[in-house]
Amino acid sequence: MTRNPRSLTFKGKIGAHAVLLAFTLFSIYPVLQVISISLRPGDRLLSRSLAIIPENANLHSYYQLFFEEPFLRWMVNSIIISFFVTIVGVSLAATAGYAFSRYRFRGRNASLLGIITTQMFPVTMLLLPLFIMLIKLGLYDSYLGLIIAYSATALPFTIWQMKGYYDTIPYSLEEAAFIDGASPLYAFYRIILPLAVPALAITALFSFMAAWSEYLVAAVLIQDRQLFTLPLGLKLFQSNMEVAWGLYSAGAVIVSIPVVLLFIFLSRWLISGLTLGSVKG
Amino acid sequence: MKFVDKKNNWQSASGKSEKFSGHNRLAYLYVAPALLIMSFVVLYPFIYNFVISFSNMNLAHFRDWSLKGLHNYLLVLSEKSFWYFLYKTILWTVINLVFHVTIGVYLALILNKDIRGKTIYRTLLILPWAVPQYITALTWRGMFNSEYGAVNLMLERFLGVQYPWLSTEWGAFSACLIANIWLGFPFMMIIALGGLQSIPDELYEAADIDGASPWHKFRNITVPLLKPVMVPAITLGVIWTFNNFNVVWLVSNGGEPSDKTHILVSWVYKSAFTYFRMGYAAAFSMIIFAILFIFGWKFIKSTRVTENVYG
Repeated sequence: MTRNPRSLTFKGKIGAHAVLLAFTLFSIYPVLQVISISLRPGDRLLSRSLAIIPENANLHSYYQLFFEEPFLRWMVNSIIISFFVTIVGVSLAATAGYAFSRYRFRGRNASLLGIITTQMFPVTMLLLPLFIMLIKLGLYDSYLGLIIAYSATALPFTIWQMKGYYDTIPYSLEEAAFIDGASPLYAFYRIILPLAVPALAITALFSFMAAWSEYLVAAVLIQDRQLFTLPLGLKLFQSNMEVAWGLYSAGAVIVSIPVVLLFIFLSRWLISGLTLGSVKG
Repeated sequence: MKFVDKKNNWQSASGKSEKFSGHNRLAYLYVAPALLIMSFVVLYPFIYNFVISFSNMNLAHFRDWSLKGLHNYLLVLSEKSFWYFLYKTILWTVINLVFHVTIGVYLALILNKDIRGKTIYRTLLILPWAVPQYITALTWRGMFNSEYGAVNLMLERFLGVQYPWLSTEWGAFSACLIANIWLGFPFMMIIALGGLQSIPDELYEAADIDGASPWHKFRNITVPLLKPVMVPAITLGVIWTFNNFNVVWLVSNGGEPSDKTHILVSWVYKSAFTYFRMGYAAAFSMIIFAILFIFGWKFIKSTRVTENVYG
């Protein structure tokens, strides 16, 4: 008699749940901690209590964040930038990945290797020249600079991941379309692209996160407080002499909610998308 | 039958490719926008960086810089701090990867079994990956605060000890490590889970018939079949961790205490943007790149990743 290799003995089940519970606790504790601090009343921010739901919990920090701090301004900036980066990122990765998967052309292997190589650049290698260039050109402090920079930084990973996904779609689909008289463009847009939705979703997520969650490039390229993105704003709460824990935590909760929800919503595609795409190459 | 139709540059499974003339131009059209934007943001700065790495550019010589040959490279390599931070960076990368892979694969093995609540566990376990990295770093910095941080409060409550996390050299290093281990294991878990799901159950059933022990099954079925998925992920992990600026910089607040908590990238960043030693920082960046390039090149050669799966 053999048993299903995926089933566990009773003892095994208890052990498995114990391990999973322990690590789940480890994963969610810092998140709970931030939520907890964001709910603390103003006079208890520096409390030594470990309670998750603080005494006299209220939403004062959130009120302050939206009505007394330029948080909405930062949020609008981040939304505009992330929106354009997502659009640019998805369209460029979708087309470039397709060409790399389907066509053999001069410079193909060199470009693919070049794209991987960019992942090895230490961030200063690009930032320092960009910084010097922008000072000399007087192009400091602009949305456009950030949008271009973020679109390009997300691309290497997303192109590879799109290419890997297209690789798993059989050529016979396009060939059948060609026999029916479809043009190569039509075959790409109407037949292959709809099949690649999971990979497109992952690409959109990573492009969006590249802009929404980026601190360093913004710190170097943006000085004008009117143009601050959310990461710069949140860091501001922490770098003042007196750390504004309540504001920081409330901000962190608001900023994380959309990405965490997106991430979890897309996580069913994450498993196949990532392993087929970026990794099997 | 598989063959590459060289004339039409279309890799065809059936060989019927008479319709594909002119595809080459289309291919260039598809890749051009992406390569163009990357040339502007990546290639051009790379060349610029390469040039100024041979120059004396700094705050005093910002516009009137001149080429000085290998001076900066020799300076970097002769400094004690370079070798010290290289040692710390390697330590940082190895410890992180060991924890990421061990925890990730271990959890994936469990999640691959029939367990109630699997989806909920999986969702909660990828949370650290979903939270923006800078928020993770700033939040852990708060949790390591010696007086009000949750870590010390818990240590005090349950073990009766306190540890000066952020004010000592190795305390701060450990704080960065813990924060980065927290945010990095879900990636490895998801990759390993994907790999495990593609291993057919029949292999384990056959091994059971032969009376193989769980250890044998792990050694001889799981490990070899997981390897093709994990090796590229680990390589990518090494590169990302080696260059992980955010966590080290934000948890240690720019290298505190007294510029000891650095890895190579954060140290270069400080020389470039706090001390404005541009030529020096450019040469330093080239050296970091060279280290990773040699590492990555070995890997690329050994796996032929540019090949198509059908190729």
